[in-house]
Amino acid sequence: MPNGAEPPEALVTGSGLSFAYEGSLVLEGIDLTLRRGEIVTLVGPNGAGKSTLAKVLVGVLKAKSGSLDVKAGTVVGYVPQRLNIDPTMPITVRRFMSLGSPARDRGASALADLRIGHLMDKQLRELSGGQLQRVLLARALSRKPDLLVLDEPGQGLDIESQAELSALLGAVRNQGCAVLLISHDLSLVLSCTDRVLCIDRRICCSGTPDSVVHDPDYHRILGPRAADALALYQQRSGGAEVVDLRKRADRA
Amino acid sequence: MLDDFFMRALLGGVAVALIAAPLGCFVVWRRMAYFGDALSHSALLGIALGLLLDIDTILTVAIVGAAMALLLLLLRRRGRLANDTALGLLSHGALGLGLLALSFMEGLRLDLLGYLFGDVLAVSSSQLLLIGLLGVVVVAVLTFIWRPLLLSSIDSDLATAEGRSGSAAEVVFLLLLALVVAAAMKLVGVLLITALLLLPAAAARGLARTPEGMVVLAAGLGVASVVGGLEASLLWDTPSGPSIVVAALVLFAVAQSLPSLGRLVAVTGR
Repeated sequence: MPNGAEPPEALVTGSGLSFAYEGSLVLEGIDLTLRRGEIVTLVGPNGAGKSTLAKVLVGVLKAKSGSLDVKAGTVVGYVPQRLNIDPTMPITVRRFMSLGSPARDRGASALADLRIGHLMDKQLRELSGGQLQRVLLARALSRKPDLLVLDEPGQGLDIESQAELSALLGAVRNQGCAVLLISHDLSLVLSCTDRVLCIDRRICCSGTPDSVVHDPDYHRILGPRAADALALYQQRSGGAEVVDLRKRADRA
Repeated sequence: MLDDFFMRALLGGVAVALIAAPLGCFVVWRRMAYFGDALSHSALLGIALGLLLDIDTILTVAIVGAAMALLLLLLRRRGRLANDTALGLLSHGALGLGLLALSFMEGLRLDLLGYLFGDVLAVSSSQLLLIGLLGVVVVAVLTFIWRPLLLSSIDSDLATAEGRSGSAAEVVFLLLLALVVAAAMKLVGVLLITALLLLPAAAARGLARTPEGMVVLAAGLGVASVVGGLEASLLWDTPSGPSIVVAALVLFAVAQSLPSLGRLVAVTGR
């Protein structure tokens, strides 16, 4: 590179990834690289294949075609949208944490960092949705991941916690972790993301939040919601093109 | 001591209850009751095979069960076996096939009841040894795969994403389940194996705070069911398998009402 700066290390490189459920194509020709020190966010309508793509990238689902290259030794922290646990399973938060990383103090300090240390001896099945979300996040972080994948982490969190989440992800990124975020909450997305991928089965547009929110494809796919979130974003960053973009979105 | 048929039955029954407890808990946690049913119903085919080849039926049931487990797993992985209907079809299809195969064998029809509902009072010393051996294998392997299996039972996606080879643990678990089905067949019979797996685990669920605690409780309740059921069958001359299952059912009902009983005592005691 001319300025001598190497691009950060790529942990996951997928090219031409496709996936089908019962014959119908959910993902098609996705090219995506996740690098250290970068927060990449997937946005898109319901059923666009966001969760499916995340699952393919962490190896839960196997792509039907395309190639996936994961750097050997990559430690993955995965925060699923919800936990599939059966209510008959008796297990404390402490034990659940220890199944993520055997080092005892790591689990405790991760819980304390998210201010949920008091949940340590609660049964997993007794937690509220927001508490479980935090436990899952703490557990993923306690693994000291190279790659952190979060599927809708904002669900069940109040606005204050969302600001907290956004700050937390920023800190994790600055430690050299690669972050893949899936979110419906566009204000969260725009406030902490380095790169946005707008997908609807295939990648429709991608780039910095600034460039993507000006892309007509983004508005076509996400509709009026996109413009609302953008209004919020522009207020924060002092922009003035909101009205214009709303009109564009309506036309699209 | 082993010369006494009742003592043999008791020993065999206790051994089966002990190894059924951890697997029963995993069957409950992983919501695989139907899977267990399909597996145990395939045991009849194993029995037919054993009689045909003149090998101990416990061995052939274990082998056929393992094959069935792998087949079910394959169908599930392919996404073809998502619902109860498909599993029910396979389960009862296996039962029908097994019954048909057995009906072709001359002079064996009278023993059918024993296969369906258990014949533990006729367990031989060598079969007792085989059951004990299966038990040792099951417990040893289960200890080895405990952590990944536990995590994949909480959430299999999470286990896979973290590279904990949850799917390998699942395959091993199903093979162990086939072994337990083979060991339990003699005790309660093909039709009641799932009950022996599920009832003690379900009874223990509300009373335990840890997975291991639930397994220990389920083992205790399973042993109590076996002892109680066998004593009752001796006392009232009832068939042994159903007696054990009914004893487990009674314990389940008692365990279910324990929390509310506790509340009642707390209220009236004031």
